[in-house]
Amino acid sequence: MFPELGHYALVLALVVALVQAGLPLAGAQRGESAWMAVAGPAALAQFGLIGFAFATLIQAAIVSDFSVLNVVQNSHSTKPLLYKIAGVWGNHEGSMVLWVTILAGFGAAVAVFGRSLPLPLKARVLAVQAMIGVGFLLFILATSDPFARVDPPPLDGDDLNPLLQDPGLALHPPFLYLGYVGFSMAFSFAIAALIEGRVDPAWARWVRPWTLAAWTCLTLGVALGSWWAYYTLGWGGWWFWDPVENASLMPWLAGTALLHSAIVVEKRDALKSWTLLLAILTFSLSLIGTFLVRSGVLSSVHAFAVDPARGVFILGLLTVTIGGSLLLYGLRAPALKAGGLFAPISREGALVLNNLLLATATATVLMGTLYPLFLDVLGAGKVSVGAPFFNATFVPLMIPLVTAMVVGPFLSWKRADWAGVLGRLAVVGALATLAVLVACWQSGGGPVMALVGVALAAWAFFGAWLEWAERIALFRAPLRVSLRRAAGLPAAAWGMTLAHAGLGLAIAGMTGSSFWVSERIQVIHPGDTVEIADYHLSFQGVEPVVGPNYDAQRATFVVTQDGRKVGLLAPERRHYTVTGMPLSHAAIRTTGTADLYLALGDEDGTGGWTLRLYHHPLVPWLWLGCGVMVFGGLVSLGDRRLRIGAPSKRRRRPTVPLVPALASSDDSR
Amino acid sequence: MTPKKKRRLIVLALVLLSFGTATALVLTAFQDHLVFFYSPSDLQEHPPGIRGIRVGGLVEAGSVQRQPDGTTVRFTITDLKTKVTVSYTGLLPDLFREGQGVVAEGQLRPDGLFEAHEVLAKHDEKYMPPTVADALKRAGQHVTSTLVQ
Repeated sequence: MFPELGHYALVLALVVALVQAGLPLAGAQRGESAWMAVAGPAALAQFGLIGFAFATLIQAAIVSDFSVLNVVQNSHSTKPLLYKIAGVWGNHEGSMVLWVTILAGFGAAVAVFGRSLPLPLKARVLAVQAMIGVGFLLFILATSDPFARVDPPPLDGDDLNPLLQDPGLALHPPFLYLGYVGFSMAFSFAIAALIEGRVDPAWARWVRPWTLAAWTCLTLGVALGSWWAYYTLGWGGWWFWDPVENASLMPWLAGTALLHSAIVVEKRDALKSWTLLLAILTFSLSLIGTFLVRSGVLSSVHAFAVDPARGVFILGLLTVTIGGSLLLYGLRAPALKAGGLFAPISREGALVLNNLLLATATATVLMGTLYPLFLDVLGAGKVSVGAPFFNATFVPLMIPLVTAMVVGPFLSWKRADWAGVLGRLAVVGALATLAVLVACWQSGGGPVMALVGVALAAWAFFGAWLEWAERIALFRAPLRVSLRRAAGLPAAAWGMTLAHAGLGLAIAGMTGSSFWVSERIQVIHPGDTVEIADYHLSFQGVEPVVGPNYDAQRATFVVTQDGRKVGLLAPERRHYTVTGMPLSHAAIRTTGTADLYLALGDEDGTGGWTLRLYHHPLVPWLWLGCGVMVFGGLVSLGDRRLRIGAPSKRRRRPTVPLVPALASSDDSR
Repeated sequence: MTPKKKRRLIVLALVLLSFGTATALVLTAFQDHLVFFYSPSDLQEHPPGIRGIRVGGLVEAGSVQRQPDGTTVRFTITDLKTKVTVSYTGLLPDLFREGQGVVAEGQLRPDGLFEAHEVLAKHDEKYMPPTVADALKRAGQHVTSTLVQ
């Protein structure tokens, strides 16, 4: 019965969303406070209903209700509980329910935390949020019913793809979706601002925490996905420029730009219409990502079985949302008043450069991702665009971006002293040079790009901390004063330092693992030894292991360095009994500065085993760097200025309404 | 020139510079790094030269042979009309199996052997790479849907 209740709750949620999309919007236009007041409770009701539907789906998976098709196709009674739950979003239908649950959750968060928002703005934001909800609820109900029954129910299910039976599935999709869908808040605020016809620093203060929260979750989601691919796919790569990875990278790049341009709106009341455009584009890229993954137009590790009707539906949804919002932007944005002036060499100038480079980088990734689709549609042949393309286009754009990232925070608003800043940065330049020399000495030269990577990483890392050190007058004032200053530093400043320094660490990790990786592929018999870097691995043998829903062969290797035993590596070759699928489970040993990575292949029939062995220098720094960036985002969220609901107490600049007809809504305040 | 106009001009110049550079990068990268997809029949009809390409089709049953070095594998990809022999050194993907869809990326050697540096298999039981399904269809084989068992 629960699945039917869940289905019914989704239908009810659609009805509530329709009301929430219409009534408050009309109320805001006509200045009817009672109509506008519907938005908050409706958002809560919508979240409650969708949350209930999601819970029934999880319940069906936990109790292994094999009368539900979705459970039959993706679960099995022997599957561990964690994967029964996580498996709910390990398939198309369930992941779409997760998507709308999070969407409705953000709407409910506005209803709860947005008490100090002006009523018309809140009503419009929630109405736009509900419109997106209507589209996706219709999509689920029309093309992807997660509650469909099977009659007669089979005795047991088909089990979940073994690749997905990993703790990564429990974390990667929810955080990724929190990021994707979180940008819907910036989008809804942007559309509401366009309807109202005004953008002011207070608006930016409301938008920033949502954007920051979405960015933080997306960073974590992308990093988790990358880490998951690294330890699970068996060749130690962490980024494949797979179309679906690009689909998550594009909103990240655009969202990063939005985060920075919103600062200019907040602090200097400039770049307003550009920020609105970025908010629309960021969420549009999230939608395009959803389309690419869910429509099955691209072959990718993420594509589930394909149904053309879904692709057409999402394409329609995409056209309406993106086309409609850009049309509204085109109609209303030119009337927005431009704000404060600034010289090219200034904090604003640096942030404009940041936005320009990030937007260009996003565009190149978009080109590379969609070009195969265009060619295919035009019948010009099937192509694929891989890592070499992105290395040749994306990476060159990141070099000036990271270089400028360090300089930007040293520049003052409006007009900056170029020579003075360069002088202060000399010490960072010296440290970067030193890092390159150390890298040369360690690696015995190395390709030029690797040294560029090391220089950039050191430049970003030390640059971030130099700016922090200057803020707290480290080594200039007595230590006690510096510590007091550090404690009094706004959380947002700490957040920026951490995020920028984290990017530096991540670049170091990317560089090390891309250029200095060593690889061995060979057949090995028990008793043999294989060498990599300065490690010796001796193969002890293989023993059978029985898991909850798989059988495995586990190999044991003793790792020695300079004749001392430093550890064991035990990679497995698993065979999942229900699906009949094999899976190689790699063993990884990390020292904090490098990973030893060992994956087991097939037995060759004579007792020899194929193995793939890697030594990945610096790769742990990639994960550490991403973690530090996420931590920076979280710290920054704690800033008092950005606390949701707090900004309204601050001065709000009187703004002249754009169109008299729209001003009526303001009377109700 | 007013400061505002000057600022606009500088921003415009930067935009042009940035997008111009990016366009140039993208165009040259497309020239060099685009990887075309071939079916075994295409390979025979229009040999691609030394360019890196992808070949897709089914792994012919009984064709997988491990070479004496232990790590190199040879197998035949077929679109059920034409075949091509592929050589690959390394660990094959977990789901690589005879009779199933596979895509290999690499170069065609003058002697007709396809030397792959990457082999992609389908990643679950229900799914066939669309490019492979399409290659089979073009070779005249009946493929009812993307769900090919």
